[in-house]
Amino acid sequence: MNHPGMINTVSNINSNTFEWSEENFSKVKTIIDKYPSGKQQSAVIPVLDLAQRQNKGWLTKNIIEKVAETLSMSFIRVMEVASFYSMFNLEPVGKNFIQICRTTPCWLRGSDKLLEVAKNVTGCNLGETSKDDKFTLVEVECLGACCNAPMIQINDDYYEDLTEENFKHLLLKLKENEKISTGSQIGRQSSEPKRK
Amino acid sequence: MLKKEDKIFKNLYGHNDWNLKGALDRGIWENTKNILDKGSDYIVEEIKKSELRGRGGAGFPAGLKWSFMPKDSGKPHYLVVNADESEPGTCKDREIMRNDPHLLLEGCLVAGFAMRAHDCYIYIRGEYYKESSNLQKAIEEAYEAKLIGPNASGTGWDFNIYLHRGAGAYICGEETALLESLEGKKGLPRLKPPFPAAVGLYGCPTTVTNVETVAVAPTILRRGSKWFANLGNPNNTGTKIFSISGHVNNPCNVEEVMGIPLKELIEIHAGGVIGGWDNLLAVIPGGASVPLIPKSICDTVKMDFDSLIKVQSGLGTAAVIVMNKSTDIVEAITRLSHFFKHENCGQCTPCREGTGWMYRIMKKMILGNIDSKGIDQLLNVTKQIEGHTICALGDAAAWPIQGLMRHFRPEIERRISEFNKKRKVA
Repeated sequence: MNHPGMINTVSNINSNTFEWSEENFSKVKTIIDKYPSGKQQSAVIPVLDLAQRQNKGWLTKNIIEKVAETLSMSFIRVMEVASFYSMFNLEPVGKNFIQICRTTPCWLRGSDKLLEVAKNVTGCNLGETSKDDKFTLVEVECLGACCNAPMIQINDDYYEDLTEENFKHLLLKLKENEKISTGSQIGRQSSEPKRK
Repeated sequence: MLKKEDKIFKNLYGHNDWNLKGALDRGIWENTKNILDKGSDYIVEEIKKSELRGRGGAGFPAGLKWSFMPKDSGKPHYLVVNADESEPGTCKDREIMRNDPHLLLEGCLVAGFAMRAHDCYIYIRGEYYKESSNLQKAIEEAYEAKLIGPNASGTGWDFNIYLHRGAGAYICGEETALLESLEGKKGLPRLKPPFPAAVGLYGCPTTVTNVETVAVAPTILRRGSKWFANLGNPNNTGTKIFSISGHVNNPCNVEEVMGIPLKELIEIHAGGVIGGWDNLLAVIPGGASVPLIPKSICDTVKMDFDSLIKVQSGLGTAAVIVMNKSTDIVEAITRLSHFFKHENCGQCTPCREGTGWMYRIMKKMILGNIDSKGIDQLLNVTKQIEGHTICALGDAAAWPIQGLMRHFRPEIERRISEFNKKRKVA
């Protein structure tokens, strides 16, 4: 599966050193305080996540080194974590990181068709980022919203109960930088049975 | 059918306020002190008597699990709530966390106290962003109202709850992999024994338990173990959230009584199978890891642990994936094989190599592009993985394929012979 979270090599192209923003540095402290003293390694996942957010959604070698330094860990221990978990991207991603759920419950309800729509509107193939950096398109395994299938994730948000039409509409809006509403696209509050 | 007054999850769909105010209106956090005053042994005994079985998939008796925590180890105890909901088909804990988070938090205090734990970590899957923000907000509200924290709810017991977000790994739903992940490492399952109750988080006594199991505990203690044990059937008691997905008219989560017939569940709550009951092909009754059951079994089977084991499947997480006759059943299972290939942690050879091997063979079987010995070879491989790995992911990868072959072997044989006929003509 071509996904920036599923590769095992780290990019060294970004020669600028990474420094925590003031705001994030204080957040790091709050995160470490959740764990017993001396167990700051526990904070590696949330701290990597914070760093990835500061760096437009992906991690470079410099960032991983910085996180290792912050948590007094060796580089390889942080690198292991960054490559193991699929939410850490080791390649750049576009402004809208579109992940289409492909597992059986979504597939049964037409996730393949969503993929075709996404390819057409964004002009990306699987694993590609559009030239204007607006979209990255990937497939992903079950995201745990199966009663609202088919669904996708864009950045932090879920978009559920999709059809070819409403998904196309959603992507076109994103293309025009318009606001889109998250969650169910057919007006369900959560996973209640839809009204007759 | 479950009566309205017997529902534990009163805000499952989020129609009402999920914040503290709404939670108090629903009776959550009401005299929690009274429950804790009765002592930890009482709580464990009541949970045992209620016959509550773990809602995370394995169905282990919850009270028994809680009683494994040592009485006096001299080390800190930990309660770890498994909110890494990743089993395909399952989306129940998500609704609890975003629509009724205080129900979970009160459960944490009760369960944590019963285990003599002062600290609780809730490990939520990283993709659940909105759910984790609701839960975090609820935790802050609970601290502010002094429901948790020092002298939690006025009980004299100090209790802290921390939320920890994961980062996308199915394997972290396995309890020891979850602990590894919580310690800041790759999510590789640990060998058992020692079990987490002896050596868990940071080497201390720990109990890892599912969101739903924890969330139902306070209601059981308020209404009594007898009330809970009288719902459902013996050894399969209480209520359960079922996630119904796939080819049904109204996919939904619904809280129902354990042991409800599958047909009733689908027809009453999910608007029936698309195209009618006769258009049903098969159902996966408990999430991706359990073997499918064909329509003939679906007609009569009851949805509880023991009834589903009798038909060589399992209740798992009660995630009902419905497939009607328009489904390419081989591809449906192949997708699950891809899932397990993608999500195995790489630690044990049979699983790491086997899941990829099974996926590639399954992919060929969609077209029938394999020789006639292929089916038995594949089954043989599933047997070599099953039971030969540290954790149950190997079993989980093997069972869906075994289920497929058990019930749909003639269909695959037909595809193989058709493909080979065409090849000969060409």
